[in-house]
Order: sequence, then structure tokens, then C-alpha cells
Amino acid sequence: MNETIGSWLIVIGLLFDLMGTIGLVRLPDVYNRLQAATKCVTLGTCMILIGLLVRHGFDALGAKALLGAVFILLTSPVGAHAIARGAHRASVRLWEGSVTDAYLEDRQKEAMGESDAQAETTGTR
Amino acid sequence: MSLIAFALAVLIVSSFACLYRIGMGPSAPDRIVAIDILGTLIVGFCAVLALATGKEFYVNVAIAWALLSFIGTLALAKYLEGRSFDE
Repeated sequence: MNETIGSWLIVIGLLFDLMGTIGLVRLPDVYNRLQAATKCVTLGTCMILIGLLVRHGFDALGAKALLGAVFILLTSPVGAHAIARGAHRASVRLWEGSVTDAYLEDRQKEAMGESDAQAETTGTR
Repeated sequence: MSLIAFALAVLIVSSFACLYRIGMGPSAPDRIVAIDILGTLIVGFCAVLALATGKEFYVNVAIAWALLSFIGTLALAKYLEGRSFDE
């Protein structure tokens, strides 16, 4: 029973990995590739590690597999967010079919607010 | 086809897709994303090898690889933003 459940978890995780890397190859720009690949591969690898835990039982190996799954689940979104922010600041263009760029609007608003604040301080001086 | 052979085949195909994106990526962030994903796939490789052999040190390798991959991704993202490391 445990063996069957663990095997199915591993197979589903492998299919998630495959879908994520297909998205990495096929999608049009950095941000699309980032979201497809990161989400799918993170979940897929976590499911492989949980499947290893279920198949092997809860001893030292299984506990370390669970630790690795939790660690990947915590750190992979942080890395993806850092890459997306760095790519946007390095002025990588969005795909021409993209409909909105909320981070660019935020940055423009922030820059305008800073210039307004500077104008106010220089005006009062 | 056994589970181990299927798992290794799928992971090798996924890794070659990542290598394609590392080689052909039109910009630097594409390559960094592919390197990050390749690191996560190698953790999956280590889990499958631990299942195949029953040896415990493969899981230790997986945890260490996840740590180093995360730190490397953060360093490369910092490099993309054009800032130095002590900010």
C-alpha cells in the first residue's frame, strides 16, 4: 500500500517536472518561463521527495527527504522573485503580447513621488 | 519499464531541455532561470538514486545541493540588478 502511494507520488512529480521544463523551452519571454518552470519544478521535486519518504518509511533517510522538501518549498519562490526583480531592473523587455506591467507602473509612481518630494524640499529651501 | 528507469529517463529529458535553454537563451536572466531549475532537477535525481540504491548519503547530497543552488541563484540575481554584494 505504502509502496503504491509512493510510486504514484513519484510519477506525478516526474510529470510536473516534465511539464515545467517544456514550459521553460516553449514560452515566449523570461517572466513566463520563470513562472511556469519554477512553480511546476518546485512542486514536482517536492512530490518526488515526499514519495521517497512514503516508500522508504520514516527513518533517518525519510526525515532528511522531508527536510529537503520543506527547504525547497521555502527557498525556490525567494530565488524566483529575486530573478524576476533583477531581470526587470536589468530592463529585459516583456513579450509584446503582454497586457500589463504593474511593477513598471509602481516604479514610475515611486520615481515621480521621489521627484515630487525633492521638489518640495528644494521649494521650501 | 521499471519506476527507476522511467524516472531517470524523464529527468534526463528535462535536464536536456534546461541545457537547451542555457545554451540558446537570448538574455542572461533566461540562463539564470535555467540554471536554477537544473539545480532543482538534480535534487530530484538524488532522491531517485537514493530510492534505487537505498544509500543514505544521496539525500545528504540533495540537501547540500539545494542550499548551494539557492545561494548561487541569489548571487546571480544580485549581479543582474547591478549591485555589489555588501548592500
